[in-house]
Amino acid sequence: MAHAAFYGIGAYVAAIMAIKLNCAFGVTVLCSIIFSMFFGILIGVSTLRIKGDYFVIATFAFQVITFSILNNWVGFTGGPDGIPGIPQPVILGWRVTSSIGFLLIVGGICAIIIWGGHRIGNSPFGRVLKAIREDEIFTQSKGKSVETFKILIFTLGAGIAALAGSLYAYYVSYINPTSFTVMESIFIICIVIIGGAGSTWGPVIGALVLVTLPEILRFVGLPNSIAANLRQILYGGLLVTFMIWRPRGFLGKYAFQNREARK
Amino acid sequence: MSEELLIIQGLEKNFDGIRALADFSCSLSQGQILGLIGPNGAGKTTLLNIISGFTTPERGNITFKGMSIVRMSPHKIARAGIARTFQDLRLIRQLSVLENVLLSFENQPGEHLANLFFRWKQSKKQEAAIRNEALILLAEAGLAEKANDQAENLSYGQQKLLSLVCCLAAKGDLVLLDEPVAGIAPEMIDNILGIIRDLPQKKKSVILIEHNLDVVMQICDRIIFMDAGTKICEGTPGEVRNDAKVIEAYTG
Repeated sequence: MAHAAFYGIGAYVAAIMAIKLNCAFGVTVLCSIIFSMFFGILIGVSTLRIKGDYFVIATFAFQVITFSILNNWVGFTGGPDGIPGIPQPVILGWRVTSSIGFLLIVGGICAIIIWGGHRIGNSPFGRVLKAIREDEIFTQSKGKSVETFKILIFTLGAGIAALAGSLYAYYVSYINPTSFTVMESIFIICIVIIGGAGSTWGPVIGALVLVTLPEILRFVGLPNSIAANLRQILYGGLLVTFMIWRPRGFLGKYAFQNREARK
Repeated sequence: MSEELLIIQGLEKNFDGIRALADFSCSLSQGQILGLIGPNGAGKTTLLNIISGFTTPERGNITFKGMSIVRMSPHKIARAGIARTFQDLRLIRQLSVLENVLLSFENQPGEHLANLFFRWKQSKKQEAAIRNEALILLAEAGLAEKANDQAENLSYGQQKLLSLVCCLAAKGDLVLLDEPVAGIAPEMIDNILGIIRDLPQKKKSVILIEHNLDVVMQICDRIIFMDAGTKICEGTPGEVRNDAKVIEAYTG
């Protein structure tokens, strides 16, 4: 539930470094990833003993705290007004101004992340993660430190979210806390559930569907005020539909289900 | 007698006031098969859980290969060389049979995140070597044809066999088996017992819990009869079979 928090941390670190410290694109992105991963480790270590629903609540709390800080630390984050005027990124002397340019950068980075995710998923490391998902006790009895694996993957997730956040900040050039609320976290969870957890391509499909669907709605010709609300209903409806008829999502191998219920 | 592999001294464990183990001591030497018998609630599974680190005793000590392992975390104990199966048959059912065995190997470079990106070739090579070893283990157990099936599609007996094969994959010196042949077909029992009997040749010792007395008498070197968390008697199968207290417990 804290994904939007790490996403926000990434965006704010990138924005503040780019404006106040005048850092280069690569440096800010790297720093935002490292900064977010640091928080990832902190949250990971402190919530290790909490399992299941309680873990979700703990990360939800971190999400709320992060939003409050972004919203209230006016001197540093600009408060509700956010941070305007984030400069366009310059990569090896190339100033990225067009949408196409951004598409290339984001697409390239996305490809690298998918490649990395695929490699992890099909590795012995990924195998241990799958085992942990199903049975922590069995995995421990095979000499794997469940805690270490959990912290590592949680931290990695935090880093990737921050990478996305910093790219977002550069792209829209103006950020404020409302982009990083719990709604954003829920949106990301929707992407995973609908695309399918436990697969590399599932979330990609989920993102494509959930991001493009509202755009299609726009062409239907509904007034903006209705379309925005309709979107929420659409997400909710999709989520319920998938939970009932296809809990594993489009491409997932594993159903989102209560562990106890499965037994 | 050869050097002691495992020494258990004065273990005590209570669950909400119910005594599971009371001042329990025993030892096991290299290459021995020790059987634990006794009625339900005698503390047999609790003892295995304590040895493998999943339960912490209130008092007592366990020394494995000269190192105190009591209060160590389960994964460290597993790494020290103690593998186990579970009474309620744990496996990763959504992974393939082969993957379950692969998971059981220790010290895999590919399980370190950094190696996946900086030492990919080495990880790949190691994975291929482990895969060969795993396939050999599965072939020996008669599960070769099932290697790519999901574990959940195996029969109950095959799943129990697989959980034993997983213990062989871990390069440990001690295997703890909690009811390895309970509730399975006779042919499969013979298959599993054959594997257990060969363990001492592979320099592995065994502690085994089993309710089937014939099985225990057949394959164990030594048997401990437990009741209410204490050792009632201990000895060779012949001695235990003729012990008055054991006869009383099993014939009523």
